[in-house]
Amino acid sequence: MKYLLLKHYRGGPDPVSAYEPMDRWTPEEVDAHVGYMNDFADRLKETGEYVDSQALAPGGAFVRSDGEGRPPVTDGPFAETKDLIAGWMIIDVDSWDRAVELAGELSAAPGPGGEPIREWLEVRPFLTGSASTTE
Amino acid sequence: MNTSLPRDLVPAVIGVLVRRGADFASAEDAVQEALIRALRTWPDDPPRDPKGWLVAAAWHRFLDAARAEASRRGRELAVEAEPAPGPVPARDDTLRLYFLCAHPALPPNQAVALTLRAVGGLTTRQIAAAHLVPEATMAQRISRAKRRIAGLPLDRPGGLATVLRVLYLVFNEGYGGDVDLAAEAIRLARRLAALTGEPEAAGLLALMLLHHARRASRTGPGGRLVPLAEQDRSRWDTALITEGVAVLQGALARDRLGEYQAQAAIAALHADAPSTAATDWVQIVEWYDELLALTASPVVRLNRAVAVGEADGAPAGLAALAEVDPGLPRYAAAAAYLHERAGDRARAAALYAEAARAATSVPERDHLTREAARVRRPPRS
Repeated sequence: MKYLLLKHYRGGPDPVSAYEPMDRWTPEEVDAHVGYMNDFADRLKETGEYVDSQALAPGGAFVRSDGEGRPPVTDGPFAETKDLIAGWMIIDVDSWDRAVELAGELSAAPGPGGEPIREWLEVRPFLTGSASTTE
Repeated sequence: MNTSLPRDLVPAVIGVLVRRGADFASAEDAVQEALIRALRTWPDDPPRDPKGWLVAAAWHRFLDAARAEASRRGRELAVEAEPAPGPVPARDDTLRLYFLCAHPALPPNQAVALTLRAVGGLTTRQIAAAHLVPEATMAQRISRAKRRIAGLPLDRPGGLATVLRVLYLVFNEGYGGDVDLAAEAIRLARRLAALTGEPEAAGLLALMLLHHARRASRTGPGGRLVPLAEQDRSRWDTALITEGVAVLQGALARDRLGEYQAQAAIAALHADAPSTAATDWVQIVEWYDELLALTASPVVRLNRAVAVGEADGAPAGLAALAEVDPGLPRYAAAAAYLHERAGDRARAAALYAEAARAATSVPERDHLTREAARVRRPPRS
């Protein structure tokens, strides 16, 4: 079963620990955080549970059609209040419980003072592409 | 020449099929299929005449495909018998392919894909893996490219500049899958420089060699980006530097300066310096002036401002920066660096953080975030 672990720049439930943006940490704290993320992905590659991970730049906009013959309408760049996705990791695991366990670990990446940042991650199951063979 | 790699033979074999009457798109498909078979069978059963083997295999593939097409359309097949082999002007064939695959009618990503397949002799699977896209997507991209240039005469080359730009794009794509695109670009540029004898082709080759020489020192543990000033220069590849400088000198001696030669000259000055402090920044600024005269590129203007900051001090660099469009990518990063050198750490920190938000790669973003964090802390006394 594949799950999407979604990381947000902002949005979601209220954060449990208030920490400053990363550019205000010390360089060592930044290194420790980035290193933790890399190690986490490496570990999942070894257990055969890793699928993909990507990061998104904070720029961009919402776009919709405005009808034939007219240019698309854009809404953005995103206002400060909007929910903003920062990136994701896709994992392929045996159960929802395992997905939650891994998301918990990823959320504990170290922040200022080496304390876990405990950020909220959104965990979403993929719908599979083929129908179940047992009816 | 050691042509143990079947892919080295690909452009010449395509040329043979085209001269026998195949259209480029079908010839290229047939050679790709023959190549895939060669990659599978040659390791156990190497042919005595690799090129002859590939020509025969590709020609049969072509005839099979043409027959299938003809019977589908209910028409007679015009080309049937295998023509007698004549003299093979492989050199011209290969050069024509470079120009055709980098044709100005093609958007850059199609030109890159087609060049890698028809000139580089890579398989669709390898090209797809190198670009992190599904194989079917890459196959479509290549088909569309071939449709777009169908009917364009093979003997009317586009400009050399387009070919050089495509090879430079390939070089900058770096790694992916099992193919090292930077090394592949160097291989293709080396051959192009030999085929054309053009100083700019040599200039591009020199530029690639000099950049490639520093590759090992450019990333630290965990893929962390290491800026030029902090690179361990003992890890630079001196053999590549020596070759790059020699190729550049040969090109400059022809006295037809172009943008790649000028960029290579700047890379050579860096490669030659024992440290950032001991770098000949005055000469680098002079080369940027040449480059600016050649290209009028805003990116060159931005890089020049940083070099001016090193040559004449940060205030001069900031003055040069004032003439640069602030909307450019990496503008904030350059401004951050110059403000830090000028002693304004608070402004530098804010600019580094802004640059991190505008970064286009994860290593670059993390590096700029780390720089912001570094300059925010009071300097150690």
